[in-house]
Amino acid sequence: MRLILTYITGVVFGLGIVISGMANPAKVLNFFDIAGTWDPSLAFVMGGALTVTAIGYRLILGRSAPALDTRFHLPTATLLDARLIGGSAVFGVGWGIAGFCPGGALPALGTGNINVLMFVGAMIVGIVLARVAQARLVRPTHV
Amino acid sequence: MTPTEFTPFVSLGGGLLIGLSAVMLMAILGRIMGATGVLTGLIMPTNTSDMGWRAALVAGMVTAPTLYLLATGDWPEISVPVSNGALILGGLIVGIGVTFSGGCTSGHGVCGIARLSRRSIVATGVFMAAAIATVFVTRHLIGGF
Repeated sequence: MRLILTYITGVVFGLGIVISGMANPAKVLNFFDIAGTWDPSLAFVMGGALTVTAIGYRLILGRSAPALDTRFHLPTATLLDARLIGGSAVFGVGWGIAGFCPGGALPALGTGNINVLMFVGAMIVGIVLARVAQARLVRPTHV
Repeated sequence: MTPTEFTPFVSLGGGLLIGLSAVMLMAILGRIMGATGVLTGLIMPTNTSDMGWRAALVAGMVTAPTLYLLATGDWPEISVPVSNGALILGGLIVGIGVTFSGGCTSGHGVCGIARLSRRSIVATGVFMAAAIATVFVTRHLIGGF
């Protein structure tokens, strides 16, 4: 039951990504190209997603626990540190170079598109390298 | 570069679905819908009991294009206006960046901002600004990548 509902959640996310254009680097890069062929569509993706999530979270997080787990797993970190800001800047540079972000690329894997496979393969290498580097610094944090 | 069609209504609809999925995952499992966290937990698990739901979530995501194909008769459009080298370099940089930032567009940009997390608001401002600056450099200063 848990896995079926989670699978359906993944389908809804994936449909949202492919319908919205987040899996299309041409559209994503044009969103960033304010001085050129600007396509503001992705502002509507963020606006729609944020509105639903903000309202939904207000309703759900008031409960004592989620439906199929004993507690909510929410991030507790509040520090604005160099890792957060530096990591975000590095991520933005990569997103601007390739046009894919992780959430855009994962559902796109389902098309079998070779470009997506190349991007995701390289991204996984990057994650592993960064995790190995992190393990030598300090404990990792997550959203 | 080649213009793309402005699609406010379709993009808004897709965004509403992304939001719905984030709300579903919080309501069902109490988890943040963050692509970085889900993927990292699969390829470098710290807790094997979380592997099942993460795998189910990714399996659902990967199914979506096929459902889109069945419903519309076309695969979702994926046009890549950059070279293979740029894709691979970008992928590597994205993987490193999101590991240190602890999240990406879905985790920080949607779920984190929805919770009014100060970290997520700052992270999203920084990665959006960095992406805009990068595209300005690659398209208008260097002229193609």
